[in-house]
This record gives sequence, C-alpha cells and structure tokens, in this order.
Amino acid sequence: MTKKTYINGVGCISTQKTFDTVFLEEANVNHDENVLAIITPAYKEYISPAASRRMAKGVKNGIVASALAMKDANVESVDAIITGTGLGCIEDSEKFLKSILDNKEEFLTPTSFIQSTHNTVGAQIALLQQCKGYNFTYVNGAVSFESALIDAKMQIEEDEANSILVGGVDENGDYTTALFKLNGRIKADNTAPYDVLTSKTSGAVYGEGASFFVLENEKKDNTYAELLDVSIVNTLEVNEVENEIKSFLKSNHLEISDIDALVLGFDGNVDFENYYRNLAENAFAQTPVLYYKHLSGEYDTASAFAFWMASKILKTQEVPEIVKVNSLTKPAYKTILLYNQLSGKNHSFTLLSK
Amino acid sequence: MAKGVAITGMGIISAIGNSVEENYLSLIENKIGISRISNISTVHADVIKVGEIKKTNDDLISELQLNDDNNFSRTAMIGTLAAKQAVENAGITSINEFRTGLISATSVGGMDMTEKHYYDYFEKPELVKYITCHDGGDVAEKIAEELGLKGMVSTISTACSSAANSIMLGARLIKTGKLDRVIVGGADALSKFTINGFKTLMILSDYYNKPFDNNRKGLNLGEAAAFLVLESDEIVAKQNKKVLARVSGYGNANDAYHQTASSENGDGAYLAMKKAFEVSGLKPSQIDYINVHGTATPNNDLSEGRALKRIYEDEKVPDFSSTKPFTGHTLAAAAAIEAVYSVLSLQNNVVYPNLNFETQMEEFDLTPQTYLKNKNIEHVLSNSFGFGGNCSTLIFSKS
Repeated sequence: MTKKTYINGVGCISTQKTFDTVFLEEANVNHDENVLAIITPAYKEYISPAASRRMAKGVKNGIVASALAMKDANVESVDAIITGTGLGCIEDSEKFLKSILDNKEEFLTPTSFIQSTHNTVGAQIALLQQCKGYNFTYVNGAVSFESALIDAKMQIEEDEANSILVGGVDENGDYTTALFKLNGRIKADNTAPYDVLTSKTSGAVYGEGASFFVLENEKKDNTYAELLDVSIVNTLEVNEVENEIKSFLKSNHLEISDIDALVLGFDGNVDFENYYRNLAENAFAQTPVLYYKHLSGEYDTASAFAFWMASKILKTQEVPEIVKVNSLTKPAYKTILLYNQLSGKNHSFTLLSK
Repeated sequence: MAKGVAITGMGIISAIGNSVEENYLSLIENKIGISRISNISTVHADVIKVGEIKKTNDDLISELQLNDDNNFSRTAMIGTLAAKQAVENAGITSINEFRTGLISATSVGGMDMTEKHYYDYFEKPELVKYITCHDGGDVAEKIAEELGLKGMVSTISTACSSAANSIMLGARLIKTGKLDRVIVGGADALSKFTINGFKTLMILSDYYNKPFDNNRKGLNLGEAAAFLVLESDEIVAKQNKKVLARVSGYGNANDAYHQTASSENGDGAYLAMKKAFEVSGLKPSQIDYINVHGTATPNNDLSEGRALKRIYEDEKVPDFSSTKPFTGHTLAAAAAIEAVYSVLSLQNNVVYPNLNFETQMEEFDLTPQTYLKNKNIEHVLSNSFGFGGNCSTLIFSKS
C-alpha cells in the first residue's frame, strides 16, 4: 500500500512573530508599509556568530526554520532536503551584480557569488546536518514550494525516504524591491493604508520568510496533519478554477462540502483577485474562507506560510479571528484546502487533513 | 530489472550545433565550439574562451518569430528553440492531449537581461518589461506558453546538476503515473554574472579545457539548451511511438562538504552513482560508456575520478570521456545536452573522444577515451555535479 505523508514538525520565520508563540496571538496587520520585513529570530542560538556573519538573511532564516521544524518533530536527522525559493539568495545576487557593474568587472571577491546560487539554502542545511541524501531546489515562482511538496510526497509514497525536510524561503533585496515597485508587482509608495480584502489597486504588499516542515511516513503523537495531495497547474482562466478544484477533490474522494476551511492567497492585487473572490462567493460560499497574505506579505513562497497556518489549525482546532474572510465556522476542522496563484499563473492546490 | 522510462524526442542548441544532427556531426568530426566570446562585451574577452552559440539575440528573435514587445531573455529563447525541437521530434501535435508537464532547469534564469539593463530600468520605461525575466521560473513559463502547455510546469536550480535533476524528476513523475508525458531539460545562456563568478573562483581556464589531464587548468564556460520528451509506456504503445532510448537509472546525493568544492573522496558523486545503479538494477560492469561531468577543474576531476575508482573497486573503469572540450561547461543545461549525447551514443554505438587530453593524472590510473571509438553500447552513465554539493547520476539504456 502507498505510504501516507504526515506533517510532524513545523518551523516558521515570517513577518509576524511565528516562533516562541502559540498561534498568531501576537499577529498584527501592518497597513502602513508596502514592504514588510521579517521578525528576526535569535540567530546565535542556531548559528555560530562567525558563520552567521557570512550568511545571507534567507540562508539564516532557512537554517533556523528547519532547526525549529526538526526540534518540533523530535528528529535528529532527515533522509532528504527539498527547498523551494522564488528568487533565491537575491541579496547576494544584487551585491555581486552591482560590484560587477560598478567596478567594471574588476576587484571582485567570490563570497557573494558563491552565496547567490538558488540552492544555497538547501546546501547549507545539508552541510550543517551532514545530510548526504536527496537534495533538490525548486525555483518556479509561486509554485516553488508546492513543487517541493509534490516531490517530497512522491519520495514518501515510493518509499525512497522516511523523513524529509521541506521548505519555502525567500528574502527581500532592496534593489529588487525597488524594481518590483517600478513594474507594479509591489504597490506604489505613499498609497497607505494598504488593505488586502478591500484594495482597489494593483500590485501587492510584499513580504519575506522561511517556513520548513518535517514530513514523515509515520503518524505520531505530535503529528499536525496528513498531506493528502498537492497539484500545480501553470495556466487557468478564472472560470476554470472551480472545475479544476472539483476534479482535484474528486481524485481524493472528496467534494466541496467536505472542505472545512478554504485558505486563499488574496494579496490585494485587484487585477487577479477574481480568482479567489469567485470561489469564496460561489462554490465555497458556505465554507469558512481564510487568508494570510495581510500577515505574511506576498512573495513566491508565501504559500508555505499558509501551509504552516493550516497545519496549526488542524492540530489546535483553532482558527484565529485575524485570518477569517467570512464569519462561517465549523464545529471541527478536518480537511483544509489551500489555493494560490500569481498573476493568473502558477496555480497550486494543496489538501491537508487531520 | 526495471525497463526505464521512454525517451521519444530530443532537441538541442549548443556551441557545436543548432540541432541534434549538427551536434552529433560535431562530436564525431571533432568540431569544437570553444572560441573567443562575441555576444557579450566583457573585460575578460581576450583572456577567456567560451562555448558560445553563434547566434545573436536578434537572430534568435527572428527564428522564434517573436513580436517586438517580447521580453524573452537569451536563456528563454534558446530554451524555447530546444524544447520546440524536442516536441516536434517526438511527433507531438496536440500538447495538452495527455497529462503533459514541463520540468526545466536553469542556474541564473534571465540574468543576461538583468545585467544588461540593471541600472537603466528607472530611466527607460521600455525596458521595464525585462524585470520579470530575472525570475528562475520565467524560462519555463515562456517555454510553456510557446508550446501552449497548460499543466504542470516547474523548474529546478541545483547549479551545474540542475538538468540531471529535471530529467530525474520527469522520470519519477512518469513512473509514479502522475504524468503521461513530460518535457525535461534545461537552459543557460552565458552572462557576465557567471563569467565573473567563475573568474573570481579562479577555475576558468585561459586555454582549451582538458578534462582528466594532470595539467588541467580549469573550465571554459558555455551556453546551451536541451530538452527531452519522456512518455509513459501506455502512451508509447497507444501511439505506436518510436522509443529513442530509456532513462533506466538515476541517483541524487549531497556531498555535504563545501558550498563550492567537492570532497576529495567524492562522497556525493559516489553515492549518486550507487543509487543510480540500485534504481536501474544494473551492475557497474554493464556500463559501456561514462559521460563524465569532467569540467577540467582540478577539484572536480580529482573528486569524480576518486568516486569512479570507488564504484569500480578492482574492476576496470569503462570507456569514459567528457564532452566539455566541445561545448564548454553549460552549467544548468550541461546534464541535458549530455543526456542527448548519451542517447546518440546508444543510437550510434560510439564513444566520443575526450579532447585535449595528454597526461594522466598522478592521483590514479584513469585515462579517458581520446579518439572516437565504435563499439556496441547498451548502457551509458552520465554524471553531473554542482555547487552546494548537489550530485546527480543518470543511466540511459537502449530501448
């Protein structure tokens, strides 16, 4: 029989206090800024100061989030490490590129180049843990994290690994942030208050973060949820999403009425929010609908924050008020569906159950 | 022994040719693609040699018939050309007819555009369209759009092993029945960013690269794109398709030694090969040709050689060669072009020469095949290793 995949440990570094807390009780919606920065953990508890100085922000956050997840899962080692990242170590890429351009290709040092490769986070975690197993990094925009999930689930189903560290990580880089304001991916400066659900403007409030999870083939006392299925689809029209969801649910022997909560990737971009609103107002009108990007900000692997949130809900059976889109509730939360897309592309559907 | 996943189409563009046929002819006629750089202006132009595709961006734009308002990076253009060839070669006319995916690979995506326009974006509104090219997923996005492919699309970036991993993932997606058909491969165009990066690491040779030679001085960078079409046995049978060869084994491991250097005993490489043999059910002695990673850096060839010696223990290491003296090291695309070369080796029963080799390395008695050799080839093993300790091995077998 195919092995099932369980989420047995979580670690989340985000623009909210998602470590050393219970579950978003200190969460706070920032309406004033269009780029949100992470709340930094105490790096020195996880990384030596000497190593820490050389490491990029995203690498450090990835290391801390993965350490938190492993501690939470009570595991000392994993068989594989699979990472998703949209822009990788963008700060070091910026730094190296700027020094090339500013110094006309002279007087360069390799440090930022070495750190700029997209697989740096996964590699550094492997190096720290001396994990010589399977190690992949996915870089496909908004489905980077879900690609990693699909891979991990396949590894467990095929008995290629028993325990896997899976994560999504992205960091903000100053210059790239400025470019994203220029091309409209980030909302314009000085147009606060920035709201997600009532927004009338395009672009999104940006964020950053690192969320890692220990997935295992065994259910334990500390299991959060079972990862039932993940699917990614590159291109869908607004009116195709509902059918896609129905057939995705059907292949898991479920119907819309079985979904106890739908987590949507609303990011305040009016140009594409119909993808979400259409579901919330029609097919899922009777379902509790939740959102999270007002807390995490938008970034390629923000959906890993949603995965963390859904895992927490299934374990604690508690839905924080701050993430509710509608006022519907359920007596028990057994099955949660996550749906995300970016600019009408890279759609992902993730199904978790208690 | 598992039968392996069917390969039904291939496409390639590299410094030694713009099609599968051209690449093969270059390989058997010793036509190398290493030269001075012409498409990128760099202060290192007189020092380095590269494996450059001898087409300008304008050539590529007209070949792909792109509109004036397109925002294709060079990487996306060569990727699209190779992917289109592969799809055509596989005889696919209706791309979404079966559950079809695309798994691409790249190291720096559209860096060629980012570095060209970085400081001009704020002054020149007409360039703003190129900002999104930087995203690692942009190349796959563009290829999918050009092919009209709507389903599963993803991208892997594990430095110089990237495309080996996209082929591996594709094979697994077919094996597990998640997809019926998948286009796998990778693309990387030359960029100032990588040229200078490798330059600072002091692993660029100022001469023609000589893999596995005692006096090797480093690598020549190259640019290329290659894609292969993998299909399930059901689809192959249903359509009565010709199978070019099969992906019969794959293995991935991490060296967990250093961010950019390989361990001296080649742990990661050894583990990757070992796993690939387990998956394929083949014994090392059954391999007829090894297309080594062989970048010609002092570190890689030593580490890879040690790993080969460990795998083969007391047995003789089979005929092996690096094709990087022909193409240069094409980074994330390397494993994809070398997969095409592996299939061509199986189809034509040839071992390609490891050009420029003169002196055996002092650390071990490994001598690559130095001239074209005709012999029966049933199984080819191909290695690819990257920064971050990412090591991958693929095994290709006759259908």
